[in-house]
Amino acid sequence: MDTVASSRRIVMGIQDAADLETPDLPTEPMPLNMGPSHPAMHGTVRMVMDVEGEKITNADVQIGYLHRCFEKEAEHATWTQIFPYTDRLNYVSPMLNNVGYAIAVEKLLGIDKQIPERAQYIRVIIGEISRMTDHMTCLGAGAMELGAFTVFLYMLKGREWLYELLEEISGARLTHSYVRIGGLAGDLTPDFSERLTDILGRIRIVLSDVSKLLDRNRIFRDRMDGIAIITQQEAMAWGLTGPVGRSTGLAYDVRKDHPYLVYDRFDFDVPVGSVGDNFDRYAVRVEEIKQSMSILEQALAQIPAGPFMLNDPRVALPPKSETYNSIEAMIAHFKIIMDGIHVPAGEVYSFTEGGNGELGFYIVSDGTGRPWKCRVRPPCVPAVAIMNKILPGLFLADVVPTFGMMNMIGGECDR
Amino acid sequence: MGFEFHYASKLEAAVNWARKFSLFSYPFVTACCGMEYMSTAAPKYDIARFGAEFPRFSPRQADLLIIVGTITERQGPALRRIYEQMCEPKWVIAFGVCASTGGFYQNYSTMPGADQVVPVDVYIPGCPPRPEQVLDALVMLQDRIQRGEGYSQIMLRADQGYDVPTAAIRPTTRHAQAAEKAKEK
Amino acid sequence: MAQVVLDRLAAQFRNGEIINVGSQHGNEWARIRPDAWTAVCTFLREDPSTMMEMLTDLTCVDRFGDEPRFDVVVHLYSVSKKHRVRLYGGVPEESPVIDSLVPIWPGANWPEREAYDLYGVRFKGHPDLRRLLMYPEFVGHPLRKDYPKEKRQPLVRRQSDSVD
Repeated sequence: MDTVASSRRIVMGIQDAADLETPDLPTEPMPLNMGPSHPAMHGTVRMVMDVEGEKITNADVQIGYLHRCFEKEAEHATWTQIFPYTDRLNYVSPMLNNVGYAIAVEKLLGIDKQIPERAQYIRVIIGEISRMTDHMTCLGAGAMELGAFTVFLYMLKGREWLYELLEEISGARLTHSYVRIGGLAGDLTPDFSERLTDILGRIRIVLSDVSKLLDRNRIFRDRMDGIAIITQQEAMAWGLTGPVGRSTGLAYDVRKDHPYLVYDRFDFDVPVGSVGDNFDRYAVRVEEIKQSMSILEQALAQIPAGPFMLNDPRVALPPKSETYNSIEAMIAHFKIIMDGIHVPAGEVYSFTEGGNGELGFYIVSDGTGRPWKCRVRPPCVPAVAIMNKILPGLFLADVVPTFGMMNMIGGECDR
Repeated sequence: MGFEFHYASKLEAAVNWARKFSLFSYPFVTACCGMEYMSTAAPKYDIARFGAEFPRFSPRQADLLIIVGTITERQGPALRRIYEQMCEPKWVIAFGVCASTGGFYQNYSTMPGADQVVPVDVYIPGCPPRPEQVLDALVMLQDRIQRGEGYSQIMLRADQGYDVPTAAIRPTTRHAQAAEKAKEK
Repeated sequence: MAQVVLDRLAAQFRNGEIINVGSQHGNEWARIRPDAWTAVCTFLREDPSTMMEMLTDLTCVDRFGDEPRFDVVVHLYSVSKKHRVRLYGGVPEESPVIDSLVPIWPGANWPEREAYDLYGVRFKGHPDLRRLLMYPEFVGHPLRKDYPKEKRQPLVRRQSDSVD
């Protein structure tokens, strides 16, 4: 006599085995609200879902709780004053936004081919460091939400070393505003190369620890494998790029397909997934961190000496010694700061590889020192928009890893 | 402000000591300051040494509301509702310039400071503030809790019938509304 | 580098649907008559030599003082052919209506909602045209040039001596 089965019959009122397979339980749809303040540490987003039991039947993702009016502020600020606003777009990889915006304005000015080579190498270096902080934050927070708190602490430990390094060259841990139109605000510190090489070695150890904890972890794999699959056709139709788009099999990376700065001089791979589920998005990001480290090592070996700012009085501030001692330099300084750099009238759409995908800046200039329109093409908006389509059919508990691996950054999504 | 309350008993001093070293925080994280909040909770700057380690992600179980990042007008009702769901005594830290005054965002969507809707005890400037600043603010708040000078603690005394100067009452709170109603009568 | 796109457009549409073309700073662009919006975009996605599978961005520019006032700007990209094009569709202020591109690229859903929210341009045939970034109680379209930057519409009661 099977005591377990008999006790089940008593408890659940089941008559025979057929009932166990398809119990006829009554359900009714219930609207459920997640957010706008919820612990999945990804900023503020509100998900209004209809659930039946645990299955989601309908999802409506509402963004806009961090709309800080980047475009409106940009229309009232000079070209250089916009750099702090770009820092706060994708705030886990701020240098990438700075670099993308600077390249766009330089294209309008027509000086994008004249940026000194050292400045271009440094832009690549700081961009890749920012990409590493972006992926490490995403993976750490995503793993923490699934219960792997140790992974979060390890990733933050690694991120902390990178923050200290960036603080040495720019002055701020998080919102650097280090890039300027025509180059950079300052040069690297003298021991930057040794420090970065040392940090990369330590981060390799962190990554190997994390992969020992997660890659073959039964709980992690069960929650990530096969969940929220996106096909390559969907990725193209929805405009998905970046790690989310590449996890579906769509091999598009702006650094490889349309190289900018000095990316064509480096030898690196672009990881592409095959299934398009949550685990692929995780694996693509881990591999991208490793590729970023390889790019950094090559860049440190190749970087030349030279100026870090274009020597063009239309865009560069004069050196302080002249500003304080000669009237022409003081007036030039005054005009650039108060009036802004005079960018010729025109429009340009310039795109770089941000942390989440193709980060585009569509800039309309009317010839003055302030933009007429400065639009950011946010790479995480398609990833969040497609959640309305892929969430129905999943369980409520699948929302957390799915949303975590999409890496929505509120500053970029809502601008 | 700086008005002194004498402890009614050593019991109250002991209770305040316990409160300040076991703060259960509700991190209302919205924006970039969230990254520095994560760094403060991370091993290097370790907020756990001050007892405020464990974030309780339900306002009913928390007594310290940390408003991290920019508050937009759209977020206002949610923030207000979360503040009202917390049990007293409760304290509020405004983390970052955006939560303190709006930061450099002066536009149609950003609320110029979280104190437009909730009364704040400690403001932390910085964009984002360094983790050391956050720990300094936490210690500052702990001193105020020990002295009984957190806003919620002062208002609890008002509820118990003690005399509280009207300058101490923050607008948009129920005490301000009650004071206005009393003035109208 | 995307000249082939402009050539194919000029060859296919000869009835004045293409008002103007050009190339600036490495971007090829074409100005389309608004009533041919869907036809041109469908052609660009289907035609084997253009193959624009991806809509990267859809936004709106407020040409305050010029006619037509609002320019709906669409950036298209072909992953297989690696070329891009920008399309402009000008709509006037009195009736800012243009066809929706959601039937062609589902990724146009949220950018069109945002253009409606911030500029007031309506998209005919959009499945769910409502505000995206601002709250439903907000009145007006804030990114228009005549909306003052600091005009707030608070949802929650404020301090009595508040700036607004």
